[in-house]
Amino acid sequence: MNVPIPASKWRVSDEMTAATKSSKTTESSSNIEGLTGDAAIARALKQCDIDVLSAYPITPQTIIVEDYQRFFADGEVKTKVIPVESEHSAMSACIGASAAGARVATTSASAGLALMWEVLYCASGLRLPIVLAVANRALSAPINIHNDWSDSYGARDSGFIQMYCQSCQEAYDTTIMSFKIAENHSVLLPAMVCIDGFILSHNVEHVELLPDEVVRDFIGIRDPAQVLDPDKPITIGPICFTDYYFEVKEQQDRAMKEVFRVYKEVESEFEKISGRSYGIYETYRTKDADIVLLTHSSPAGTAKAVVDALRDRGERVGLLRLKLFRPFPAAEIGKELASAKAVAVFEKCLSFGAAANPLALEVRTALYEQPKRPLVTDFVIGLGGRDVPPTVIVEGYNKTKQYLEKGKAPFYETLGVRK
Amino acid sequence: MTMIEVRWHGRGGQGGVTSAELLAKAAFLDGYKGVQAFPFFGSERRGAPVKAFTRVSTEEINVRSQIYEPDVVAVLDSSILDLIDVTEGLKEGGKVIVNTPSKASKLQLNRGHVYTYDGTGIALKLGLLVAGLPVVNTTMLGAFARATGLVKLETVQQVILSKWSGKAGERNAEGAREAFDICSDL
Repeated sequence: MNVPIPASKWRVSDEMTAATKSSKTTESSSNIEGLTGDAAIARALKQCDIDVLSAYPITPQTIIVEDYQRFFADGEVKTKVIPVESEHSAMSACIGASAAGARVATTSASAGLALMWEVLYCASGLRLPIVLAVANRALSAPINIHNDWSDSYGARDSGFIQMYCQSCQEAYDTTIMSFKIAENHSVLLPAMVCIDGFILSHNVEHVELLPDEVVRDFIGIRDPAQVLDPDKPITIGPICFTDYYFEVKEQQDRAMKEVFRVYKEVESEFEKISGRSYGIYETYRTKDADIVLLTHSSPAGTAKAVVDALRDRGERVGLLRLKLFRPFPAAEIGKELASAKAVAVFEKCLSFGAAANPLALEVRTALYEQPKRPLVTDFVIGLGGRDVPPTVIVEGYNKTKQYLEKGKAPFYETLGVRK
Repeated sequence: MTMIEVRWHGRGGQGGVTSAELLAKAAFLDGYKGVQAFPFFGSERRGAPVKAFTRVSTEEINVRSQIYEPDVVAVLDSSILDLIDVTEGLKEGGKVIVNTPSKASKLQLNRGHVYTYDGTGIALKLGLLVAGLPVVNTTMLGAFARATGLVKLETVQQVILSKWSGKAGERNAEGAREAFDICSDL
């Protein structure tokens, strides 16, 4: 998919020079910068005019906290920045601030997210809109700083909305949208914005930034449904035993289902100010596809390149790139995939001892009610940052094709690992 | 789609990651629609061999894996040539740019069209030092512009000047120009 370019073509061509000249005229109206995924998120948080940022730095999320601390130190933001001694405290401080009506954010990864575990459920159970940026990283042991999805997949039942981004631009855009989704009164839930650690968090690419006032007008000021106020004392999150706990959880689940509608509304508004939209999932060359690859985050980008290469060879293949993992768009995906012969899932998480792994479990459930169920293969890839080159995706595609001929596939298998 | 993939080899602390980023920024300014620059993080410490990558393309880039078959390899520290095969996977007709006082014809590499320039000499002359050690990443950008023609020297100097203000920026931009002038495949 990457043909050698003859040295004679390496010179900056006349067209390229011409394109530069013409692009310069538009440059003044748009603001494009080279940013890492982390830096893009920090810039979005800055423009969202958050009241409180409470965070503990952990690789590969560190740049977000560093950049934001610099904005604070330079007097560029009015945010109350609370440095804490642990992630448990970071989320706890966010909960307190959000309950008081503030717009709040934090950021974490891996062991840090794991240490937040207990409090994640408090954030969602109290129906507090809090934005948590996650630079996905593997969990110990052995210690590993690199990317997989074990951390946020582990938190999939915590009641957080989960959105996974494929580019630094998407990370910036999604961070801005996430406040508006989380703070919507039909939702009132905390939201995770996830990017692949290092692969995106430390990758510099061009990001088009919106003007400050455009973001400010877009997200407005948070309108809390209920405020913790010393002058009008109320109690939130008191004991609910057998009498009401179940109802609270029932309501939380209903609120989560509202996210599909609210996400679409917020994104169509966002599209008006930015010209960009992503969808709760994205389809890429899936029309007439016999086999649909299904994944998200950085492997979805690589899979697009693989789809292009395989299509050039006449293979009927496409990609469904998931954006929203919580709530999981089962009904829509079920319909979308109903005409495929097979769906090949690629996921960066291994659920030890499970029938299959988190993403494939959802996809198989979504397809179960379809009259002609496609075969579903589940490939665990890239744990601990093991690179996922196009060849790994091609291997999964070829295996799926073979299984389709046999009419039978294993529940799951690992790819790109010494066995 | 025309995509060019670059692999950077250096030692921790030499600024290879910054080179990768600045090249991506320069390429974007020169009209490439898709750019990526990313490091490979092992358990780095100052002095250990490190890698970074840059991709530039006439279209939006989707692929997000590491680079295995680069079009260009840039070597910030020639002592790495004795440790690893920097030309591994280099495409047919690919280029290798090495910071060394040696002539290109004197280097024994497995493959590639070799260019050399004395970046360390330029860095010492112009005082491009960090913690007393010469830093050659900005000179490599000038050499890169010369050897590949993929970006313009003026654009490289522009991104250097926007990265470092004042005298430091000017000295680094001057270093890039000197490297551009002396980089040769002879």
